[in-house]
Amino acid sequence: MSTFADTTFTPPERIRNFCIIAHIDHGKSTLADRMLQLTGVVDERAMRAQYLDRMDIERERGITIKAQNVRLPWVARDESGSDVEYVLHLIDTPGHVDFTYEVSRSLAACEGAILLVDAAQGIEAQTLANLYLAMENDLTIVPVLNKIDLPAADPDKYAAELAHIIGCDPDDVLRVSAKTGVGVRELLDEVVRQVPPPTGDAEAPARAMIFDSVYDTYRGVITYIRVVDGRITPRERIKMMSTGATHELLEVGIISPEPKPCDGLGVGEVGYLITGVKDVRQSRVGDTVTAERKGATEPLGGYRDPKPMVYAGLYPVDGSDYPELREALDKLRLNDAALTYEPETSAALGFGFRCGFLGLLHLEITRDRLEREFGLDLISTAPNVVYRVVMDDGTDLVVTNPSDWPEGKIGEVHEPIVRCTIIAPSDFVGAIMELCQSRRGQLGGMDYLSEDRVELRYTMPLAEIIFDFFDALKSRTRGYASLDYEEAGTQTANLVKVDILLQGEAVDAFSAIVHRDSAYAYGTKMASKLRELIPRQQFEVPIQAAIGSRVIARETIRALRKDVLAKCYGGDISRKRKLLEKQKEGKKRMKTIGRVEVPQEAFVAALSTDEAGDKAKGKK
Amino acid sequence: MPSTLPPGDPAPPDGVLPAAALDGLGNRPFGVYVHVPFCATRCGYCDFNTYTPGELGSSASPQSWLEGLRRELDLAARVLGSAPPADTVFVGGGTPSLLGADGLGDVLDAVRSAFGLASDAEVTTEANPESTSPAFFSAIREAGYTRVSLGMQSAAPHVLAVLDRRHTPGRAVTAAREAAAAGFAHVNLDLIYGTPGETEDDLRASLDAVLAAGVDHVSAYSLIVEEGTALARRVHRGELPAPDDDVLADRYELVDDTLTAAGLGWYEVSNWASSTAARCRHNLGYWLGGDWWGAGPGAHSHVGGVRWWNVKHPARYAGLLAEGLSPAAGREVLTEAERHEERVLLELRLAEGLPLAALDADGAAEARRAAGDGLLDPGALAAGRCVLTRPGRLLADALVRRLLP
Repeated sequence: MSTFADTTFTPPERIRNFCIIAHIDHGKSTLADRMLQLTGVVDERAMRAQYLDRMDIERERGITIKAQNVRLPWVARDESGSDVEYVLHLIDTPGHVDFTYEVSRSLAACEGAILLVDAAQGIEAQTLANLYLAMENDLTIVPVLNKIDLPAADPDKYAAELAHIIGCDPDDVLRVSAKTGVGVRELLDEVVRQVPPPTGDAEAPARAMIFDSVYDTYRGVITYIRVVDGRITPRERIKMMSTGATHELLEVGIISPEPKPCDGLGVGEVGYLITGVKDVRQSRVGDTVTAERKGATEPLGGYRDPKPMVYAGLYPVDGSDYPELREALDKLRLNDAALTYEPETSAALGFGFRCGFLGLLHLEITRDRLEREFGLDLISTAPNVVYRVVMDDGTDLVVTNPSDWPEGKIGEVHEPIVRCTIIAPSDFVGAIMELCQSRRGQLGGMDYLSEDRVELRYTMPLAEIIFDFFDALKSRTRGYASLDYEEAGTQTANLVKVDILLQGEAVDAFSAIVHRDSAYAYGTKMASKLRELIPRQQFEVPIQAAIGSRVIARETIRALRKDVLAKCYGGDISRKRKLLEKQKEGKKRMKTIGRVEVPQEAFVAALSTDEAGDKAKGKK
Repeated sequence: MPSTLPPGDPAPPDGVLPAAALDGLGNRPFGVYVHVPFCATRCGYCDFNTYTPGELGSSASPQSWLEGLRRELDLAARVLGSAPPADTVFVGGGTPSLLGADGLGDVLDAVRSAFGLASDAEVTTEANPESTSPAFFSAIREAGYTRVSLGMQSAAPHVLAVLDRRHTPGRAVTAAREAAAAGFAHVNLDLIYGTPGETEDDLRASLDAVLAAGVDHVSAYSLIVEEGTALARRVHRGELPAPDDDVLADRYELVDDTLTAAGLGWYEVSNWASSTAARCRHNLGYWLGGDWWGAGPGAHSHVGGVRWWNVKHPARYAGLLAEGLSPAAGREVLTEAERHEERVLLELRLAEGLPLAALDADGAAEARRAAGDGLLDPGALAAGRCVLTRPGRLLADALVRRLLP
């Protein structure tokens, strides 16, 4: 469908750039769908539910991983009563804590944000964190309560809560039902009225910010930009200011909501570029695009390299899948600038990769995609944060893997900490405090958002968060708590490496860096778990947990006593030989630690426990 | 439901063996096994190829079976050409004693006329205590049988009940005495231990009864819950507990201690004998790679590295033979590697053990580690033989997997 918005170089005063800040399930995608329909860019029949969420995993988990954006025509009546044509850019934001930086770049591409909150549930921690981020970026906030059609909706209560948080009048909070469409038209009018138009110097050298970068099998990398100054046209070569790399522009276009090539993009406009590059690393989120000739000299602020915060080993369950895993990672990397990996060998798990992730969700999404899209069966080791270890002799090391933990005298260990925000019904405050304290959390503050909802702020080691914290929080609050966190530097801590030994041999996959006070608990837990999982051998197998050479916990797998067929006569021999051959095949699939044969499934079971991560935290 | 046959290659309709298999025939012990596929009732734990009269109906009878058997033995004599006289004959089942003394005499006559018997031939028949009598034993002794193997299983009535065995507890011991009185120098009693509900005291009582019977040979098997049996169904339904391996190991040790103390030494994992002469030569043939022709429905044979097995149903068996065809259902011609595997897994079960030289370098190194683990006798190993210790006997299968490449 073609509209006036298909023509670019719209005057900035007729442009409104905005995003929607919302918690999972609060109806962001439904609202976006409704906007596509109301503005006429997608008709009823072509409407696909949750149009903007493309990936299966996103739809299943109800989260948006990579931002999408869309250009919408909207006619609003001005004060004199005449119709004025506006171009609205709806910029979708990724919805999870791990992608804070990507969220910040999406926000930086907007002048306004719709704060969308479920009228039956109120604001959640993650929404609050993104709201603060938007406020820091000076975005105009349009508060909206969604799902007012629900019987459980309590719009008055949550309007008061929102008003309290952002400092407005409760009457200014719009009420919509994205599902039925009630109030959405008015909301778009309010966006036009409240959100300021973009400003920029049309005559200055071109500067555009990359807020997303997506690999497409057919087109190569598609780069989403917001033009700040000047103009980007398909006829000129462009330059990436962080690297100085230059590229020919094969196509400049807009999304409405299918990609459409255009003559270029002017101040305040949002669209995409195709340069023919094949790797999103060559087109990085946050970078500034300028023209190669007479380009800008100063980049826009705020660029930073993606930095892995969490590391884990990924191993194919079937060792012969290793080449497929490498290929799959190579492919994912094209679309994920934050994913890092290098080959790693584990005595227990064989050949795999040490992978770096933005956070635990990033890890899980990556693993999910590897399994789902590439048909791989994977084991991941326990996630690990990045430690800085200073030795007594002054050596300074970065440790992202327990097996790199140094042997000698350790002076200081620095671990990353995060500031986290937890929002929960006030009944659970005690339980939450107890949990945070047990995870070495420091209470930073506590606020009542409304009579019965509390926001708690803690500073905690990131390592404690990535280690089953989400699960523990959810179970202690019956699923009502929501959590968000952001990096907050490092602290020194009394950390040790706990090794798990089978018959005296350390099993690398089970080593963990933990606080000294938790070492015993970790050791006992792993030892008893392995005792259950490892089949009895022909000899007794001690399982020990040790810090260095000091054993802190011990379990024993009793020796197997009987493995013999009682009867072996004429007719049994063929059967028995065939059974033996089958058993020998099975034995080949065993991993041998020292002399102990461990079935792969035992490693999988030991590593993929309820504590390995929060599988459904996207739904939190 | 009888146990399934192994997968294999098709067997030739004329039963002819590859020439290589016949090389050296006569230089190795040669045995004849005869399978009697009849039982009065089916026991809940048994997965042998056997049928009750109700199951067979009019499709097969002991007469048609005997007719088929004679034909098969004639076929065997033709296939083997210059077959040596049989060193051992073993009539098993099923319930051979159901044939009666006359029937067993006919069976042995059929073997004699096909192959002849070596002068010192060992001729065994299995018998169920409840279908024997002094007259029966005298008659089969007369017919040429030299050894009787009685299915005693247990002396505890409640254990026999779980096993569906019909004899009264004292009958097996009496039968053994009757056999001895009839002139049998070699009598075996079979025991089953580890039956659900069997206590350690029950097993002690069974062992005491065995020793009181004064037999020269005992076979003792841990109960195996075979898939497809009534017992397996009861265990799956949770009506009976599955035997626990640690308990079975304890029971094995009790059996071995008791028998050893009474002068019966183990010579195979599940077999004890009072002297070398009391060992079952026929079974030793199985374990030492000997040749034997297994005649009867579902019987297995081995000659020179070729194993084959007959069709299982008595009617089908008799039918094929009546048409002049081999009753073999399938066979496998073993590769050198397979013969080696079999040698290791079989000879390791024997008190004589496996020559260390039969193992490759890795296997020999593993044997030394196994001695360190207490599974192989260090003294025997130093003398070049892999001989299981008692803990080793209980882990023989696991050890075989270590010793083979």
